[in-house]
Amino acid sequence: MENNISLKLYVTGHTPNSERAVANMKSICENELEGRYELIIIDVLERPQLAEDEKILATPTLIKALPPPLARVIGDLSDIEKVLVGLNMEPIQKSEKKGGSGK
Amino acid sequence: MSAKKNSSQISKLETGITGFDFVAGGGLPKGRTTLLAGTAGSAKTVFAAEFIAQGIMKAKENGVFITFEESPADICRNMKSLGWDMKGWVDEGKLAFVDASADIGNQPVTAGDWDFGALVARIEHAVNKVNAKRVTMDSLGAIFTQFDDGARVRHELFRVASALKSMDVTSILTAERIHEYGEIARFGVEEFVADNVIILRNALEHEKRRRTLEILKFRGCSHQKGEYPFTILPGTGVVVIPLSAMELQQKSSNIRITSGNVELDKMCGGGFFRDSIILVSGATGNGKTLMATEFIAGGAKNGERCLLLAFEESREQLMRNATGWGFDYEQMEKEGKLKFACEYPETAGLEDHLIKIRSEIEIFKPNRLVVDSLSALERVSSIKGFREFVIGLTSFIKHGEVAGLFTATTPSLMGGTSITETHISTITDSIILLRYVEMYGEMRRGLTVLKMRGSMHDKDIREYTIDGTGMHIGKPFRDITGIISGNPTRIQQGELGRIDELFAEDTREAVTKEAE
Repeated sequence: MENNISLKLYVTGHTPNSERAVANMKSICENELEGRYELIIIDVLERPQLAEDEKILATPTLIKALPPPLARVIGDLSDIEKVLVGLNMEPIQKSEKKGGSGK
Repeated sequence: MSAKKNSSQISKLETGITGFDFVAGGGLPKGRTTLLAGTAGSAKTVFAAEFIAQGIMKAKENGVFITFEESPADICRNMKSLGWDMKGWVDEGKLAFVDASADIGNQPVTAGDWDFGALVARIEHAVNKVNAKRVTMDSLGAIFTQFDDGARVRHELFRVASALKSMDVTSILTAERIHEYGEIARFGVEEFVADNVIILRNALEHEKRRRTLEILKFRGCSHQKGEYPFTILPGTGVVVIPLSAMELQQKSSNIRITSGNVELDKMCGGGFFRDSIILVSGATGNGKTLMATEFIAGGAKNGERCLLLAFEESREQLMRNATGWGFDYEQMEKEGKLKFACEYPETAGLEDHLIKIRSEIEIFKPNRLVVDSLSALERVSSIKGFREFVIGLTSFIKHGEVAGLFTATTPSLMGGTSITETHISTITDSIILLRYVEMYGEMRRGLTVLKMRGSMHDKDIREYTIDGTGMHIGKPFRDITGIISGNPTRIQQGELGRIDELFAEDTREAVTKEAE
């Protein structure tokens, strides 16, 4: 398993979605990724060109640049299972609950 | 950023799209968002791109192009054929793209609540970067396919639309429709940009595609109503043809011009009027092209310039025909008095023909215009389209004080009217009928001036012959009736005498009096 997971989280200022995403991200990193990560948080209000370069539409958006393949997750990351599935990370050995999440 | 205007009057932004500003009563409502809805292939993207392009080229207003569907590279490439160097404008800082096109194979996973905050930030960034006054978003339907949650997308697009309003830009949002006549757009996107709606159609009528534009509503502004045909020309872009909005204001003159035939001039009371439209109707092989040729020769002799639009014969054929009647087209062409424009009607739609004819007229500036034949054009269009074409052409040439002679072919050999006539006879100023007359097992030819607006004219049906020197109009048919109805019958001399006695005076004098 790779030791370096490069993550970029795009948020818009301090909107509730953004705040939640940052908090959720931090807890996922601590609980699931155990220090094998590098996380950059980008505020698109301050650096819109970066959002343009990455073609970010929705915020929050989480991009896993490394290791390949590139993966994207949108939303406030409240559904941890889906975040991990979306990032192609080691899925947690739990039954996949797929309710109406993603709202 | 907010620049809300409190003025009650909504001003218009001139788009620069040919013909559109006229139909739209000056342009798009300034500072507002307009929904441009149309089915697939209805030229939404071209129209939306031209809105940006004309802003940069004509109005020195920079633009932002937000694309949800094609990549900016594709758009640049596609629009190049219309003569717009979008890539160059990007380099010059006049245009900015916001690329929101979908990445195939990179569908994001949704995990929780989200919004279009990044998109709004990018649009704002792009608008500020090039100081844009115009924004195009193409197309809204494509964004619904990128996300699962349609209701959320709709809600977020509403945010984008209201953000656009606060940026002091005039914007066009395109959206797909499924049916030409039905709900405004898919996914109910009209709900959040319901102020102004334009619909583009690409309807199939009688195996022909016909593009039309309709302004459904401009809230608080005036505009022309109904569908207007339009076309797309390479190097120009969208050209809207404001037919029914044309003003009936042409001047009319009393100056007479020769028909090229002395006898016919006499029958018409001294020639045609300078800015009149003459329709020559007759069966095949009846001398319509000859009459057109004489009309051209008569003009050329007086130093006038003639434009011949031929839809049935090639330049060479026309030259050979003219030589056969003793006219030298080649010499006229050399002197710059005659120009040919020969084309099969099927090569383009009527709207394209109309625009081509207009530009020919603008370049050559003719005094006389001949269309041979109008019936040939009719077969490539629907009845409505044809009628609009004729109105568009006649009003255009009348404004230019050009005399127009159109020929129309009747379907039956003996008498009868053509569909062409019934549809355009009220638009023309003069109608000349050429008819075959069967007498004693022989085909003879008869001619009559059916209508001559603003002038008295000869009401006889005269016999004419055609030989190597052109058309020769002779005496009236005296003892034949039913020529025009295609049923010539000979009247007994004695009976004719009795009819003459019924009306005391000579018929011809009676006719003259009646006209006065």
